[in-house]
Amino acid sequence: SIFSQEYQKQIKRTHAKHHTAEAIETYYQRYLNGVGKNAAAPVLLELANEVDFAPSLMARIVLERFLQEKEQAIPSKTLINSMLRDPSQIPDGVLANQVYQCTVNDCCYGPLVDCIKHAIGHEHEVLLREMLLEKNLSFIAEDQLRAKGYDKTPDFILEVPVAVEGHIIHWIESKASFGDESSHQAYLQDQFWSYWNRFGPGLVIYWYGFIEELDCHRERGILLKDCFPTDIVTLRHSMAQR
Amino acid sequence: GLKVLEQLLLQHPSVAAGGIHRQIGDRSCLLQKDFVPFLLNFLREQTSQILTNGPSTPAKTPNSKASGSQRTGSERRAGHATSSRVQLFSQRTSASLGSFLTATPDALPARRGRRKGGSSVGASGRQVARDLGRSLAEEEDGKNDSASWSGGRRKRSEVPLVSARSPPSQLNLNNLEEFPPMGAASGWTKSKPSRRINPTPVSAERPLSKPKMCFTSTPVSQSPAARFSSGTSLEAFTAVQEGNLTSVISNSLQEEREMLKKERYSLRISLDPGTPTKPSYTRSASLPAESHLVTCANPTKVSCKKQLECLAQLYSSCIAENLVPNIFLELFFVLQLLTSKGTSTAEDGDSDLEDNERSEGKQYVHNCVYFAVQVLDYQVISQLEKGMLKLLAENERIASFSPTLHERLRQAYESSTAKVSLLLPCSVQSVSFQPETDNRSNFPSDRAFHIFKKQRDIFYELLREWEDNHEKSGWDFERVLGNKIRAMMAHLSATCNHSHFARLFQKQLTQMCKGPIGGGASWGDTPDQDVLNMLGSDNLSRLKRLQERFVVPQSIRGPCPPPSFPGCQQFFRDFILSAGSYQFNQHLMDSLCLKILELNGLTLVEHEHNDGEADMDEQDEKKRFTVVLLSLRLLAKFLGFLVFLPYRTVEQPTRDLQDSAVALRNQTLPVLDVLKLLRQSIRDQRSILTIPWIVEYLSLVDHIAPFLDYYRKVFCLLLLMVLSEDKEMSFLNKLLILAVLGWLFQVPSVPEELFFTTDIRQEGLMMGTVTSAQALDSVPLVDQQLLYTCCPYLGELRKLLASFVAGNGAKNGGFIRKITPTAAESLAPKTSVTQRKLQVELEQAFFHNQPPSLRRTVEFVAERVGSNCVKHIKATLVAELVQRAEVMLQDKVKEEDANHDKLLEEVCTHLYEEGAQALIKGREFCKKKGPEAVRVLLPEETSAAVLNSAEDIAVELATEKACGWLSANIAALIKREVKATFSRMLKVPGLPLPGEDALESRRDCPPGCQHCAPFPSQIINEIKDVLCVAVGPRDEDEVIDCLWLECLLGRLSQTLRCRKFMCPTSEQQLAKCTVELASLLVSDRVPLNLGIKPPEKSSERLRVKNNPTYGLLKLLLSVWKEDFGTPVPVQLMFSKKNMGYLAEVQHREWDLFLFILNGLVEHELMRTGEVESCLRSLRELPWPSVSN
Repeated sequence: SIFSQEYQKQIKRTHAKHHTAEAIETYYQRYLNGVGKNAAAPVLLELANEVDFAPSLMARIVLERFLQEKEQAIPSKTLINSMLRDPSQIPDGVLANQVYQCTVNDCCYGPLVDCIKHAIGHEHEVLLREMLLEKNLSFIAEDQLRAKGYDKTPDFILEVPVAVEGHIIHWIESKASFGDESSHQAYLQDQFWSYWNRFGPGLVIYWYGFIEELDCHRERGILLKDCFPTDIVTLRHSMAQR
Repeated sequence: GLKVLEQLLLQHPSVAAGGIHRQIGDRSCLLQKDFVPFLLNFLREQTSQILTNGPSTPAKTPNSKASGSQRTGSERRAGHATSSRVQLFSQRTSASLGSFLTATPDALPARRGRRKGGSSVGASGRQVARDLGRSLAEEEDGKNDSASWSGGRRKRSEVPLVSARSPPSQLNLNNLEEFPPMGAASGWTKSKPSRRINPTPVSAERPLSKPKMCFTSTPVSQSPAARFSSGTSLEAFTAVQEGNLTSVISNSLQEEREMLKKERYSLRISLDPGTPTKPSYTRSASLPAESHLVTCANPTKVSCKKQLECLAQLYSSCIAENLVPNIFLELFFVLQLLTSKGTSTAEDGDSDLEDNERSEGKQYVHNCVYFAVQVLDYQVISQLEKGMLKLLAENERIASFSPTLHERLRQAYESSTAKVSLLLPCSVQSVSFQPETDNRSNFPSDRAFHIFKKQRDIFYELLREWEDNHEKSGWDFERVLGNKIRAMMAHLSATCNHSHFARLFQKQLTQMCKGPIGGGASWGDTPDQDVLNMLGSDNLSRLKRLQERFVVPQSIRGPCPPPSFPGCQQFFRDFILSAGSYQFNQHLMDSLCLKILELNGLTLVEHEHNDGEADMDEQDEKKRFTVVLLSLRLLAKFLGFLVFLPYRTVEQPTRDLQDSAVALRNQTLPVLDVLKLLRQSIRDQRSILTIPWIVEYLSLVDHIAPFLDYYRKVFCLLLLMVLSEDKEMSFLNKLLILAVLGWLFQVPSVPEELFFTTDIRQEGLMMGTVTSAQALDSVPLVDQQLLYTCCPYLGELRKLLASFVAGNGAKNGGFIRKITPTAAESLAPKTSVTQRKLQVELEQAFFHNQPPSLRRTVEFVAERVGSNCVKHIKATLVAELVQRAEVMLQDKVKEEDANHDKLLEEVCTHLYEEGAQALIKGREFCKKKGPEAVRVLLPEETSAAVLNSAEDIAVELATEKACGWLSANIAALIKREVKATFSRMLKVPGLPLPGEDALESRRDCPPGCQHCAPFPSQIINEIKDVLCVAVGPRDEDEVIDCLWLECLLGRLSQTLRCRKFMCPTSEQQLAKCTVELASLLVSDRVPLNLGIKPPEKSSERLRVKNNPTYGLLKLLLSVWKEDFGTPVPVQLMFSKKNMGYLAEVQHREWDLFLFILNGLVEHELMRTGEVESCLRSLRELPWPSVSN
């Protein structure tokens, strides 16, 4: 998780570099040359490794360029995504193979990895739900909230707030990743403060740990943990365990 | 005429206060206008030099600013008379002070204490200081809104004339030209030569209404001269001298002047050491150092007792009859006298020195204290807050000057329960998201909804930023947040989200600022008071040290601070100012008005207790009242701020500007009809709720507004409330009203003449009151806590006493007397509604003889059940219909890509008929739930008949409410929901449709599942690794162990069976990956490690048998068939990409492909027809021309 996040940061830093018009053109020409010589060779993948860029993203660049040439128009994002997800839809068999090769060989990006991340996130949510049920804490889950028309929804809202380590919490968000500074800042901005703005203070569980210094908003109402809390006080009785 | 009265008083001090008042009352108008300000200013003048403790307490009487002639055109005729009068009085005044002025002109500005008696300079200096004080206070208060609040001191060209004023006592009160009735005068400006109403200045300065700039807050080292703008005092001085020379002396006035002189002389003897120029009358920097001096006040050394007593009586009567603008201001003044230190350091040490000055100074203190104690003796002080009483009871001066008063205070203290505690500060909380008002259906478009979502977050981001930084030095609201706020406003305008944001803003405001000090821990100004409370008199030395540390500046500000936005309120005010958005302000005003009206109209008190629950109810009512009152005041303050914001000026406009502005603005209607509300509140005896918030609203008036016809009426009516004797009103209720009104009349933008010059007869008011069931005035709702919360400046009184602290006076003993404010119970009969139907009448009758709680319960139940009913119908019937609509729509959308709107319409029409069921179901719901709730909520002992009736009424009301809503809205509701679902459906075609999703979730784990299968993410990851190797690139020797792969597929099966951690995306991915895997297996792309090498020359048959790939494919087929909940996209096998793999394999491996095709058909994963069509479409693929 930590490696993946660091890698993503690096990719983000160089993202712009690979998306200049010149860079795109270069990559596309190199791809064409490569497959011209040997269509079965992992041209695209090697190209990506050579310039130190995520293979899936390289595949996207080349695919986009390819479609642009073919259709004489800038292809829609939806179409690109759909083709990346299922390369069979790519009208060019060679490119389809190349793209697929990139996707399966990418450890941080691409539909497959996204799906794995999503699955992990979901699994931890399920685990958290289990724990809440076990502790008899009634909650409203995200999908129920969404059905009611909430605009921003944490994973769980507690119907009756509890105190964790002396801090009142109204909601719990599960994060199946490591809480490093940049991702935490982004989450704060996009999610956690938004939850606070609507539901009051809450708890974030970074199942893969977090940088301790980030847990600095406790007083204000955002609590960080790396596991399900044990020191929970409910309205009626203390459930302190361990 | 007045001199007679005064003479009478001086000669017959035994005249009872009541008697005096009777005389005063006869001419109350004139007296109020002229005598009272005279008296108040007189007292302050006499004591100005001694009041070294705390700020000076001038009354805000018309003399303070040049009250001049703000006359309308019709009145110009009177102008001449007025100006000549001015000259006369200025001459006279100067004459009485001339010797002083000429004697020590250079010493004048040196020390405030010395300026005593320096009328002309004092007056002008006062004026300047006052203006300065105002701008200082404003600058301090609103550092971020310089545009509207501060912006420097006002300049007044008329300053030199300010000092020239006339004493009212000298005037012919019956002269209508000089004293035109109020109706003739539209107001007063400061531009004309002022009318001298007072013969002498009040204390040296009058910063009272802007107390941040007060005596005590000025470091002693700073010369007051520095605060006079250069030349001003000199100008004033010369102007007076000129006036002096040119004045005409009228005989009659001269006569009266002599009278006054006489009187002044006698009082000077009584109160005044008469050595105004002595440097010893300066304030000492260190209060504690002086504190031992207090012991020198000695009752036996008082001179002129009779005069003092008489004066005290007169003064007390004025206070008692509410003839003074602000009773607390007077109380503050009296306490200043009581705690006066008078002579300073000159007195400690060698007291044996027979210094004339010093003994006079002492004399002065004795007399002041005597006077103060006399006045206190007349006042109702038993109702004071406990901490106050304690300090008074412990005051040694009172004990020595009036043992009886001391005893009364002690008793009052012991019996008092009116303790004021400081409420716990609340931390910032957000306004919760409420689907009813905040979800998508409340917005016109998706865009508006999403933009508002962002705006909510931005708003809190700003709030947090402010919270973190606003106290840091150099942090500037406008500079840091201004542009962000305006960007936000631009977005609001673009999507017409103002009303939503105004609601959020208002809710957040109420939530954060409803506390007494504007919410928030460190933002109030109470800590020092808190410290004083804590220490009390028991820790004198610690207190002294603390006081030294405080350095007096901050500690006592006087009881009339200007309106301010303490704590969090500051954020909201600055936000409004920075936003500068007309739309936002308008929406916010709408929102505030609505909420104010709603709160102002609340019943609050059900006053028919006759049993044990009364106490509890009363407590609840009090609490509720407090909450409502505080909210109202907060909202009204912000409404006032917004309403008068466009008109706010830094300077008092000139008369011409004012006239035209008044003419212009008289045409506009007020945003909120406060006059009507005020009248209603008086009529309904609910002024205790209404006046406090109207005061907050009015405290933010601009300089013009008080002169508008409309607001003049409002002020008149308020004035009347001060003067009226409402016997019905509970004592503390009245006290609160007096306190807030007193404060209002001291607010800078409220013209100070208002109190004394407004002719209340003009309103012709005192309309009758109606005994209403909702009457509040007679109910003891206000307690000391609320009083101090509403008027934190009353704490100044306590601070003043605490800073005096002399000795440990806490004594024991005394009997306990319970003080309960008397309250007349309102026993108003419910108004019978004759016009209504018989049923309604019967219903009313039913409630009439029941306890009010029954009605409340029934109404409450009806309201809730009705509302729940609608929710229930939405969640059940409507949801069901929408689901059905979804199925229909799914089918039809597939059929033809036709007109979506038409389709939607069709489906909805179909459903409307079924929607009619809602009414039936709603009725059922209410009939079931209503009685349950009523039964639970009513007392167990309620008779069966009453219970049944109550239930029936509740059901009836609830049904009415619910079905009324449903019949009107059900169709629209169905349509809205179906539409929303439909658009969702169209938007995400890739995702499984909800129907399938529902089917999906119904799949459960196999019985006895331990949920210990590997996580889906794990399996996807492993399959990905296999694909990776298969797709390449890979090393030569990189292989996949066949057994391991088999095992992986086995675990895949387990994972798919346990549904607990599975989510649709995981499952779909697994399906896709396994199909890819199968394709790769079929085309021999997976480098399997077979364990035993296949015999090279064995027959085809054998090879097939031994090839483990068949086993793997079999496993896959079985998993696809048995374990997947989602459809497996097996047709992907035929995709161009995958066929491309196949095309590259050697001929014999096509067996595997055939095998899988068979398998697919056998396992019913594909039908033969489907396979055929897939194969047929393969022909269209560009097959490599060179085939092996």
